[in-house]
Formats: sequence, structure tokens, C-alpha cells
Amino acid sequence: MKPRQSNFWKVFGIPLGIGLLSAAGLFAALLGDGFWDSLSWIGLGIPAVIGVLGLARRRS
Amino acid sequence: MKSKTIRRWSFIHTWTSLICTVFLLMLALTGLPLIFHHEIDHLLGNEPELKQMPADTPQLNLEQLVAKAQAHRPGEAMQYLAWDEDDKNGVIAIMAATAGTEPNSSHTFMLDARTGEAVETPSANGGLTMFLLRLHVDMFAGLPGKLLLAFMGILFVLAIISGTVLYLPFMRRLKFATVRQDKSTRLRWLDLHNLIGVVTLTWALVVGVTGVISACADLIIAAWRTDSLSAMIEPYKNAPPLTLRAPATDLLKIAEKAAPGMEPDFIAFPGTRFSSEHHYAVFMKGSTHLTSHLLTPVLIDAGNLSVTAIAARPWYMDAMGMSQPLHFGDYGGMPMKILWAVLDVLTIIVLGSGVYLWLVRRKAAKS
Repeated sequence: MKPRQSNFWKVFGIPLGIGLLSAAGLFAALLGDGFWDSLSWIGLGIPAVIGVLGLARRRS
Repeated sequence: MKSKTIRRWSFIHTWTSLICTVFLLMLALTGLPLIFHHEIDHLLGNEPELKQMPADTPQLNLEQLVAKAQAHRPGEAMQYLAWDEDDKNGVIAIMAATAGTEPNSSHTFMLDARTGEAVETPSANGGLTMFLLRLHVDMFAGLPGKLLLAFMGILFVLAIISGTVLYLPFMRRLKFATVRQDKSTRLRWLDLHNLIGVVTLTWALVVGVTGVISACADLIIAAWRTDSLSAMIEPYKNAPPLTLRAPATDLLKIAEKAAPGMEPDFIAFPGTRFSSEHHYAVFMKGSTHLTSHLLTPVLIDAGNLSVTAIAARPWYMDAMGMSQPLHFGDYGGMPMKILWAVLDVLTIIVLGSGVYLWLVRRKAAKS
């Protein structure tokens, strides 16, 4: 059982963190303007940037 | 994970996504410009600008505005009055042949609250963004169209879940964000599909689920009418039809007194689907940022202006209210709209690469 569990966290650790940040971002802007909005830009900016960087990176 | 389990999830992922892909592509493509519909309508000159007048110019009262609206479109019935978000002197009026006319046949325009002058709002009645919106909402097919898209949305959510399960066996030996560039085009797109899919997961789930909820709006409103509205208007069941509508002048004052601390969002006139045959319904919204999406209707007798009921909000009406900002992405300024657009394009890429990967594998299996 043990190696399997470590596998899970190895694979899903970072995506889970990104997912939680996105969720926090989606929720933050519902609470207010200004500061709360900028939290949402960070939360949603992380997946957007990672996705775009992945596409932009070409074989060197 | 056993290979049999992987094959099962793979089957689910393949077919849920293949069935919904065409519709999801249409939704993502029409949704992209709709994120910026305000800006587009503004550029096209389809959004009205009210005249400049001294800041303290007094406003007409509601009944005077109703009279102006009726003079603008004689013979039609008033359905709704709402307040413009950008200009506090803008009152949005929606009228139609009868109060019960379905929304797509209504006519929307704006009244200048100071003069009662009617200003046309072409973007609310037709034009490019309205065309895209109708495609996005129901493909011009009414309720069946909405329900079909809701079903496609559910398949999309299933595809996301099964895709997430499959992420594990695919990525077990790879570090996060690995994109194998030099093996084959297929592998590069497989890795990109996995990477972009997993990082946009939360956003896509939220937009997908809130889209499904919005697509079911007609059913939700119908449920509200039978669940809560009908109980509140029970005493009016055998009342004779309303002949003389009491003036709308004081509706806001009455509603604010009945629901203190809340702000008016819109008024539904008697006979519309948000009201009864005998009532004005003033929909009040909460005054905080979060609660401003939650509406509480105050039912006011349209004959004698007494408050019949302050309706409780069933959970599904709240779910519908909260779904709107979370689906539109219009609650965090321009940077959020741009991020919404980027995530939308990334979703299109996930959909497209998914189809590509399926085609390549099928070809390989055949030969």
C-alpha cells in the first residue's frame, strides 16, 4: 500500500495545490473589490500561466 | 491501478468527451467573445449613453417612468423594471405584447430616470452579441436546446473527472509539467493535454457546473413558482382578475421597509413569470458583495399595495444566483476577464488535442 500512496501525492501534489489556489481565487473576488480581486488574479493566473508556458516551450 | 480499471476509465473518458466535444467547442468559441460583450457592444455603439445633466437633477417617480415607457410602446404590457449597473440614472424597461410573453419576444430599452426619455438598447434585442448569446444558451432551440446543452455539460464534468483519474497512471513516472518534446508529436500533445487539463481543472469544473445550473434556469424558476410562490399567493387563487393596477410610485419604499438593509434589483410586474397575476414582486438583493447575487422577492398586492409576503429563498434559487458570476467571470474586473479568456482558449486546446489523440490512436489500432 505504501508505495502507491506516495505515488498519489507525487502525481497529484502540485495539481492539487494549483486547484486549491484557483478555487480560492474564484471565491475571493466574490467577497469584495480591490484586494480581493487581485487575489483572484493570482489564483487564476497560476493555471493560465502554466498552461501557456507549457504550450510555448518548444524543443531547443 | 489495474490495467482493467485503467481501460474502464479510459472508455468513460473517451466517450463522455467525444460526445460532448462538438457542443463544448461551440460553447467555448461563442463564450469567448461573450466574456467581453460589454466592451464589444460599447465599441459597436449598441450601448446607450444618457445625456449629461447636472448631477443633482431630480428623478421621476416610478409610475411616471412606467407612463413614459407605455407612451413609448403603446399597447404593450410592462414586464420588468431594473436598474442599470453603470449609470444610476438608467432604468432598464422590458415590455412585451402581454405580461406573460416569453423573454425572447420581449423588447428591452432604457429610460432616463430624470426625463423619462426612452433610449433604445440594440444589444439587448439583437445584433452580434445577442446572436452569440442565443447560440451559447439554447442554439435557438428553446428549452430542448438548453436541456441538451445541460446534458452536454454533465458529460463534460464526467470527462473531467475520468480524465483526472487517468492522470495518475499516465503521470506516474513523469515529473509535473513534463512535456516530452523530442519523441513524437503524439507524445507532446498527450503531455500537453494532461498538463493543461489538470491545471485548468478547477476552473473548467466551476464553469461547467455553473453552466449546467444556468441551463436549468427555466426548470428552477418553474420549481420556485410551484414550491414557494404558489403557497404565498394561495389566498388570491379565486380572486377576480386585476383590473386596476395601483401606481408603482412607492414600490421601492414599501419593499425597503419590508426587507430592511437590502437593495432593489428589479421589479416584476403582475402577470410575469417572476410574479403573480395580482402582485408586483420587488426583488431585493443583499447589500454585501457576496449577498448581492442572492435575491429575495417582496410580493406587494398590486391592488392595494399591501405586502403579501417576503419570500424565503429556496436553496436552488441561491445556487442559480451564485452560478451567474462564476460562469460569466464578470466579477473581478478586466484582468479576470482576460484570465477567463485565456482559460477558455486553453480549454479549447484540451478539447482539440483530445480529439487529435483519439484519432491518432484509432489510426494506429487499425493499421
